[in-house]
Amino acid sequence: MKKIIVVGNGMVGYKFCEKFVAQENAENFKIIIFGEEPRPAYDRVHLSEFFENQNAKALEMAPATWYADNGIELITGERVADINRTEKTITTAKDREFAYDYLVMATGSSPFVPPIKGVEKEGVFVYRTIEDLEGMLAYAAKLKAEKPNAKAAVLGGGLLGLEAGKAVLDMGLEPHIVEFAPKLMPRQLDTRSSQVLKLKLESIGLNIHLSKATNQILGDKFITGMEFGEDDILNVDMLIISAGIRPRDELAKACGLDVGVRGGIVVDDTMKTSDDNIYAIGEIALYNQMIYGLVAPGYDMAEVAVQQVLGNSEVKMAEEIDMSTKLKLIGVDVASFGEPFMPASKGHSIIFENKTEYLYKRINVSLDGKSLLGGILVGDASDYNMLHQMYLNDMKIPENAAQLILPASDGASAFGDVTDLPDEAQVCSCESVTKGQICAAIENGEATDVAGVVSCTKAGTGCGGCKPMVTDLTNATLKSLGITVKEGVCEHFDLSRQDLYQIIKVKGYTTFNEVLDNHGNGGHGCELCKPLVASLMATINADTANKEYAIQDSNDRFLANIQRNGTYSVVPRVPGGEITPDKLIALGEIAKKYDLYTKITGGVRIDLFGATLNQLPLIWKELISHGFESGHAYGKSLRTVKTCVGSTWCRYGMDESVSFGIELENRYRGIRAPHKIKGGVSGCIRECAEARGKDFGLIAVEGGWNLYVGGNGGATPRHAELLAEQIDNETVIKYLDRYLMFYMRTAKPLQRTAAWQERLEGGLNYVKEVVIEDKLGIAEDLEKEMQTLVNKFECEWTQAVNNPEMMKRFNHFVNSKDDDDNLVFVPMREQKMPEPWK
Amino acid sequence: METILDTYKATKIEAVNVWFKAASVNDFPADGGACVKYKNKQIAVFNFTRLGKWYACQNVCPHKMEMVLSRGMIGDDKGIPKVACPLHKKTFSLESGENLNGDLGAIATYPVKVEGNDVYIGFSE
Repeated sequence: MKKIIVVGNGMVGYKFCEKFVAQENAENFKIIIFGEEPRPAYDRVHLSEFFENQNAKALEMAPATWYADNGIELITGERVADINRTEKTITTAKDREFAYDYLVMATGSSPFVPPIKGVEKEGVFVYRTIEDLEGMLAYAAKLKAEKPNAKAAVLGGGLLGLEAGKAVLDMGLEPHIVEFAPKLMPRQLDTRSSQVLKLKLESIGLNIHLSKATNQILGDKFITGMEFGEDDILNVDMLIISAGIRPRDELAKACGLDVGVRGGIVVDDTMKTSDDNIYAIGEIALYNQMIYGLVAPGYDMAEVAVQQVLGNSEVKMAEEIDMSTKLKLIGVDVASFGEPFMPASKGHSIIFENKTEYLYKRINVSLDGKSLLGGILVGDASDYNMLHQMYLNDMKIPENAAQLILPASDGASAFGDVTDLPDEAQVCSCESVTKGQICAAIENGEATDVAGVVSCTKAGTGCGGCKPMVTDLTNATLKSLGITVKEGVCEHFDLSRQDLYQIIKVKGYTTFNEVLDNHGNGGHGCELCKPLVASLMATINADTANKEYAIQDSNDRFLANIQRNGTYSVVPRVPGGEITPDKLIALGEIAKKYDLYTKITGGVRIDLFGATLNQLPLIWKELISHGFESGHAYGKSLRTVKTCVGSTWCRYGMDESVSFGIELENRYRGIRAPHKIKGGVSGCIRECAEARGKDFGLIAVEGGWNLYVGGNGGATPRHAELLAEQIDNETVIKYLDRYLMFYMRTAKPLQRTAAWQERLEGGLNYVKEVVIEDKLGIAEDLEKEMQTLVNKFECEWTQAVNNPEMMKRFNHFVNSKDDDDNLVFVPMREQKMPEPWK
Repeated sequence: METILDTYKATKIEAVNVWFKAASVNDFPADGGACVKYKNKQIAVFNFTRLGKWYACQNVCPHKMEMVLSRGMIGDDKGIPKVACPLHKKTFSLESGENLNGDLGAIATYPVKVEGNDVYIGFSE
């Protein structure tokens, strides 16, 4: 058995392993892979997501167990320190020796730290590893605690520098970008597009300083500023250096492999170095006198090295490497493909620029006007995939090439259809998946939907940029096979939630059967469409869940949360979390009387558990007599508006967060939505109410409230994003009315605001256009609809206990007053709990 | 827990010896259910108005052995009338009792008849 040692467990080193073990003869080889970082390879391309969720696991390329399951020995936290080429052995920093037959160098690169005086000071970071990020987060947290308006600068306005700028924003520091060149992203953008990008980034709060050479870092022990010239100083509390990368070639140099003048291990088109048994792949490899800092060429190199080791010598690296990229930088689309900067001798450029909307599009067309040579897109890269494919496959372009980038007036696309692509068109360049492979996966029955295509072809698992195209191709292929693509909510309706919303509203339906009989597929409904229609009728007609209770979901049906043993929990509303001692005592007495387990909920309310169906109305009669009302903890509706105590008590408070939180909770109580909605109001930027973790969050600042939208906790935590700044109470309510109503109108069933907002074409910017600028001209309607719901609010528990017909359902037996005799409770600390499930 | 399930045996109409008068038609919601107590048994009874039919089955869901099926939503799965458990949405055919979205054992179903305004459930004992 031959031994392969891979030095470097980064994305490309991992990809070598993944591709290797998928080969037929892989079992004749033993792979050992070394990584100097403490954890297995992770996705560095999406590193900035770590700031949103701090979830290192989610970034992993594969869990540590994957390596073992595939017979690969993974050794992390141990650097390879020496290579002995004559003996064919390596020695690690822990002085262990390993022999190899083939050595694969995948050591990648390290951030370049320019020799500026003072870079060693505390508060200066580089941006490369999860450890770097953890260091930044800890430092930023410390800074913010001492200094609420702390500033952080990023040195370097390239692609990675702007990613780091996003990280600074996410950490809640005032962001500054300092670039030596006179423009941002000098390697990808021309001057005009760079200017458009700069304007756009400034509009979202980044401070950009161009043509700045940093002379020294100021401060004693820790950084306090950057000095550019004699009287040119920028005061900052933290600095992230992102001034380019340098290949990690020190090992290669020490063992005498050929390296380039400016670093990198020289390789030929088989990825072989100057030593026949040593290969180099990824950002360490100097191929065609170039270092390729993108993941797609790195993966191609891994594939070539795999095939070469296995003796398939005909597999070689392509001569020309496609450096096209599409990214979302701080929410702004930026893409360049082919030859972005083309000399006038080779062709003509067509440029569309609209600074009012921060849009720039440039395409370079051959002199004969027949082919596309490259281009740049800033602000809107939705056409990138098609343009990129046209370029790659040298497809014919329209006679008037300007159509490719001009905004379509009639909505028709100048591109034709994804199905027009040739079969060999590479749709996913990270994983080298062609259109033909995607279509074949569906045609031969391996996959029947997008998820299936992704799992069997791996398309879209790299940078994810091709996902929209994979989706379009999948749907088009399914359609061509006569398989209808399901957009309906379930087997009973071919309509989407949004379609049903419109229909119910226009036709004025008031019962489930009317909707089903007129627009359904002839069936009788199910647990998916019934609660959905119930929720829509609540949104449109302000119905409570009492009206047609048999179509309500489990909890709504009995206006309580069903728990593990079929008993219920009861949560009265405590707006903003403010409660009087008398009300607290009342809750305690009621809980005692009915022997209920009592706990403070995650939404800081009081939850009373263990009520039987028969007890629910009795408990509610007492709660209502003490002035409580339903908390709607059981509904897909507003739960709580969590507040900190704000300026009423807190010495730091900037505004009355409790008063405003109560007002908002009382305004939106009871409205039914596609999913639950939570709010938060913080009285200052210390953010004790965790408002940015809510669907809507407010933070009091100098001059008003900052309004954030689209956050949540749960399985995929999201921070809410800034919708508007320094607005007064009235404007907050106006924007929130519009935002929530727009969400209620257009989201999919059970889609939280975060997922809805993210999947809207145009994302948060589109939300701003609709909510703030009223682009669709519906703002007034949205406000009116919301006001109607607010006016028609009625506590559904009060409604139920006063109506004998509605009360009939709160009996365990229809023919007996007995309770469920199957219930068994066991003691739990000083309270009780249901007997554990067997 | 086996003993709870042993209490419920699918009963065909031919095997009915006792027609138990459970409640009146108006005690059940349209296209919904309620629970009936018969000796030591809890029976879920559904008024499937859209089909003009009545169904009865054990109230206990075989998934976690809780007495909850009568509180579930009803509907159909490709034409088969079904009930969805309110706890984890396990669905069961109201005709055969079969678990439609998993491999749990079938639930016991019972015949129902309506005479005048009264709903009767058929038991073998």
